[in-house]
Amino acid sequence: MGVVLEALNVVRHFGAVKAADNVSVQLQEGQTVGIVGPNGSGKTTFVNIVTGYVKPTAGQVRFREQDITGLEPREVTNLGIARSFQIPQLYTSLTILENMLIALSIRSRQHWGFWGPLKSADRVGEATQLLARFGFADGIDQRVSTLPEGGRKLLDVALSFALGPKLLLLDEPTSGVSVDDKFGVMDTLMEAMKRSEITAVFIEHDMDIVARYADRVLVFAEGSILADGDPDSVFANPAVRTHVLGEGV
Amino acid sequence: MSVKPGSLGGESGVGEELGVGQDTAFRGDRTDEQALTGATSSPRPSRRGLLAALAILALLVLAPLLGLPSWLVFLFTVAFAKGLVVLGVVLLLRGDLVSFGHGLYYAIGAYAAGLALRAGFPLRDAFPLAVLGALAGAVLASIVGLFLARYRGIFFGMLSTAFSMILYSLLLKLYWLTGGTDGIAVRISSTLGLQPPADLIRLTQYYFVLALVVGSVYLAYRVAASPLGYLMRGINDNEIRVEYMGASVRRAIYRTYVLSGALGGLGGALTAITVGHIAPDLAYWTASGEFVFIALLGGSGSVFAPFVGAGVFELVRNYAQKASPYTWQMLLGSVLLVIILFAPGGLWSVFERLVGRRPTGSAGGPEKRPAKERRWALSSKR
Repeated sequence: MGVVLEALNVVRHFGAVKAADNVSVQLQEGQTVGIVGPNGSGKTTFVNIVTGYVKPTAGQVRFREQDITGLEPREVTNLGIARSFQIPQLYTSLTILENMLIALSIRSRQHWGFWGPLKSADRVGEATQLLARFGFADGIDQRVSTLPEGGRKLLDVALSFALGPKLLLLDEPTSGVSVDDKFGVMDTLMEAMKRSEITAVFIEHDMDIVARYADRVLVFAEGSILADGDPDSVFANPAVRTHVLGEGV
Repeated sequence: MSVKPGSLGGESGVGEELGVGQDTAFRGDRTDEQALTGATSSPRPSRRGLLAALAILALLVLAPLLGLPSWLVFLFTVAFAKGLVVLGVVLLLRGDLVSFGHGLYYAIGAYAAGLALRAGFPLRDAFPLAVLGALAGAVLASIVGLFLARYRGIFFGMLSTAFSMILYSLLLKLYWLTGGTDGIAVRISSTLGLQPPADLIRLTQYYFVLALVVGSVYLAYRVAASPLGYLMRGINDNEIRVEYMGASVRRAIYRTYVLSGALGGLGGALTAITVGHIAPDLAYWTASGEFVFIALLGGSGSVFAPFVGAGVFELVRNYAQKASPYTWQMLLGSVLLVIILFAPGGLWSVFERLVGRRPTGSAGGPEKRPAKERRWALSSKR
């Protein structure tokens, strides 16, 4: 299994805050990686740097051996890295189906078409199928603004997934999802990932979810990686227990 | 990476620029307004909508034959030509971009036709001149658009105005070329090869412009339902997501802008041909303001709305000037005020309410959409 993503000594400071302090990490193809860490430890910054939203002050990011440091989000996305957002980023005045159709038209590079309809039978069929995989069956003609937070979260992920990425970065996919639904949502997501052989990275605060779904855990603290390994060994690490799990040792 | 520019007080950008009270200007709480946004589209054209469109078209075709006075035929010809420019403005409004400088394309289309005739362009027919106007608009927009596609909100609006005022100065100062304030007389010798007797010229022009309007409306309708059309609505909602889907926001705006410029040029050339005389005023900022005014008056709820708006605008102006030669702008302003207060979706929304077109899908949920979304969504409802 080859290396999909590689960060080399990535640095990014916001004023006095070290959001990324010499971060180096390699992600293998097909891995499911959980990222944990306290607020402000640099988890989202890591995702932002990889996807080009934030430019690192120093260091390099490589995706499948290609240097992608400093590329725009659009360019990074087109290389095969998609992401979802902590706060869902959707087209709220359009319907669920229309959101998906736009994603599909962009993936097939047909988004510049101005004559044929967006809602071609083929595209609608594909979108409906994809949405069904994420649990959207009835009411895909509803405007996104009518969706509850959990539904938005899921749609946000579904849209990133629809882009057909090699690497998918999920920023807190289950925050805002009710406790009862969390595992259901993650089951749906992980099943879809595995089937499409996507390397998945997810930021998560719920340790039960990380323990259950991740086969590798990265612990961030103050902009660097405090621990890295399989869930069992990482959660056994005393430093992690103090910093992340908040156990007064 | 751009921040969602709507945050630049863009909630009621247009209202601001027209000096209308911010924020409250276009807020209406009526949920039936949702009908206009066309958020949900049935896959087939709504039969009722199609019938309504055909009925209007039949009326427009027949009206001159049923005794519409000649001056009104002329007035509507000019109104429809202007409506084409407004249609271009409305396409941009979908992406929440208020072009306060479409006089630029209006003038360049008109002057392309006028200058071509003066320079001895061999085809003195209305059709090639209209094509020339549209081309001139598209070419100019493809240059100006390179700059404008980087800006949003008030910056986009003001920069548009700046470009149109540059053209205005040029038209004014390059006397040897443009005749300055004297302008240029535009005399065509035929329309689509027809050389009607003098008393039928206006009528011929009317049908010629009407035919081009029908073609343009169909084009705009296809664009609104196309991936690019939806992408513009996506840009209006969330630019960040558009870029994170791998599409270029700037390029989408650029393409729409070029199309919009072509429509502006076409409208300008048709006005020049119809009126028979052009002057630098076409590029003056008040001309651009007029187009935005008409866009608001008609509403952006449908591709037909600009033409309703333009027709009513010209009528109101005509009578207002007659009733009160010195303060007619005040009457015009009052009309807009009434529209904003009682029909924030524009005149078209009134029409739709009368015809009874309701949301065809389930999108009209109980929640109320923010005024911004409601105002600009061009109907791609079919």
